[in-house]
Amino acid sequence: MNLEKVVFGFFILLALTLNFGFFIGEIDNPDHHNVYELFAAIVVSLIATVLKFGERTQIGAVLLAASLVADLQLIAAALVWAMAVHVLEVGLTPPIMASIVSLSGGALLANLVSTVLLTVETVSLQR
Amino acid sequence: MRSAIPLFLRRMRTPLIVLISAYSIAVLGFTLIPGVDDQGNPWRMSFFQAFYVVSYTGSTIGFGEVPYAFSGGQRLWTTVSIYLTVVAWLYSVGTIIALLQDPTFRQAVVRSRLQHSLRQIRDPFYLVCGFGDTGRLLVRALTERGRRVVVMDRHQTNIDELELKDLGIHVPGFCLDAGIPDNLSAAGLENRWCAGVLAVTDDDHTNLKIAISGKLLNPRVQVYCRAESREAAGNMASFGTDLVVNPYENFAERLALAIREPDTHRVYDWLSTVPNIALPERKRPPRGHWIICSYGRLGRALQAALEQEGIQVTIVEEDPQRTGAPPGTVQGKGTEAITLEQAGIHGASAVVAAGPDDADNLSIIMTARELRADIYLAARQNRLHNKPLFRTADPELVVEPSYIIASKFLSALGSPLLREFLAAAATQGNAWNRALAERMRGLAEGVTPETWTLRISQVRAPAVMLALESGETITLGSLCRSPRDRQHAIPALPLLLRRGSHDTLLPEADTRLESGDRLLFCGTGRGFSLMARSVRNINTLRYVHTGEQHPDGLVWRMLARQRASS
Repeated sequence: MNLEKVVFGFFILLALTLNFGFFIGEIDNPDHHNVYELFAAIVVSLIATVLKFGERTQIGAVLLAASLVADLQLIAAALVWAMAVHVLEVGLTPPIMASIVSLSGGALLANLVSTVLLTVETVSLQR
Repeated sequence: MRSAIPLFLRRMRTPLIVLISAYSIAVLGFTLIPGVDDQGNPWRMSFFQAFYVVSYTGSTIGFGEVPYAFSGGQRLWTTVSIYLTVVAWLYSVGTIIALLQDPTFRQAVVRSRLQHSLRQIRDPFYLVCGFGDTGRLLVRALTERGRRVVVMDRHQTNIDELELKDLGIHVPGFCLDAGIPDNLSAAGLENRWCAGVLAVTDDDHTNLKIAISGKLLNPRVQVYCRAESREAAGNMASFGTDLVVNPYENFAERLALAIREPDTHRVYDWLSTVPNIALPERKRPPRGHWIICSYGRLGRALQAALEQEGIQVTIVEEDPQRTGAPPGTVQGKGTEAITLEQAGIHGASAVVAAGPDDADNLSIIMTARELRADIYLAARQNRLHNKPLFRTADPELVVEPSYIIASKFLSALGSPLLREFLAAAATQGNAWNRALAERMRGLAEGVTPETWTLRISQVRAPAVMLALESGETITLGSLCRSPRDRQHAIPALPLLLRRGSHDTLLPEADTRLESGDRLLFCGTGRGFSLMARSVRNINTLRYVHTGEQHPDGLVWRMLARQRASS
């Protein structure tokens, strides 16, 4: 067993599950989407990105790209949240909540791609 | 930067993760710890506020406590988060600086920058292995002619010196051992623009390895090699090295030629040296008794060549046993008068200082000149930087191995037909060469001529091809007329015409040109550019050929037709 592989897989999977946890629920209901979950999703996603740095393989490059997409989407969601609450001070109205959650939905898709790629790579190695 | 960026990112993984973790712990803490707002109500930071606070404390800017004064718990957490984030920052920045100073990383950066500039090259380039005296001469001469060059040398000091030189064109310099095939590939051996490999390191074995790697890894490239021993030269030639130059043998052969046929040697000398320098008019080396000081590689080559000419040779050698000097050798360096007198300088006609040490060689010729002011002196100059000393000492002949190699390489690179012409001219006898030397002397005003080749083909001579296709006959003499005034000849002399496999030396002016002909000319740079005009422009060609000035363009042609019909 390779510890590096365990850590790598752990973070990629955790990014996916946290993202999913935040995403699930009624799309425009703020009660269904916890801010701590979004925070955790962002942090784990960032760490997963850094872990993918410096891979020279083709699949490593695609993994890094998927991860960067997820980061971008999640940070955009957090920015929308901060703008709504602290800058515009309109609060979490249903349209704003919907756009935050849909942004995180995009990140979820990217994380899903990451996980599928990781699985494909693991299976194709057959070790 | 292909290999530097992944290296950088890989090294930055841990510091970045430490940084992200420190920030997220600090931010999370701030959102969890309760505070009190200005009305005294319990209050908690949002993520946005927490991130804001951590951002300015982490980077040690510190605005104070916003938006409300902190509670005791928040102050405690601020203290913790300051240490956490500052330490994380110090660690990351320290890693970045350490990485930037890391020799491996810097090497990777330099290497990838060089490889980037190598990929930018879109012209044929030559890979010069070894940047010693010979390499320097070659690089300077090649860049002066606008050729691209890539240099590799084992020693960083040589590469540094290359970077300080102002060559007018960028010359990538790799600090790599050329004896290792991978390094040759890294320096562009397998690049599609690599036209030739010039192996001029000071080690025969390394040159041999370069030649083998060159021929195996990229059979298309020309491989030119320097060899200092006969065995190495034979070995290199055995697997198809395009040119092997042994400077000592080469010099000895030329000296023998100069004694036997001075004019043949003159033609050879003028055509194979660097163009546009003062025409070397050397004193003819005498027959008679020669004294050779030092029985090294040059001494041995000279003895063999001179004895073949039937010339009596006396060797002066410090250690006759070790070097295997022939019987009758005088023991000594030759730097003292007594040794030279023992060797019979008073009856001799020439002294050669052939040692590996420049100071000794200078001392020998000074001593010899003291003893006999009228004697013919030749000296070997080992290092280029001693040139001023040799110029002042002024022996009749200076042997510069690096110069010999460089000029041989350059003449072979310049025009492929030249080597064959020189070989053919050497068999023509002294009188033929004397006439040729006279013509060459008149051609270029006191400087060595340039040589160039012309191929009668669609690409190189489109105007000639056009004229030939329309049934006109173009003679060689027409090409040598000036496009400004056809009564004048341009400074160009046709040396060789190759048609199929048949070579004609000094083709006559009334020779008719045919498609596929290859011609070798010598002359001046002006002659070359004037000729280029005639072979490229059909109107210029018609003028030099017939003297008629045809108007061209649709209107003029129409007018000319009308004038002809009326």
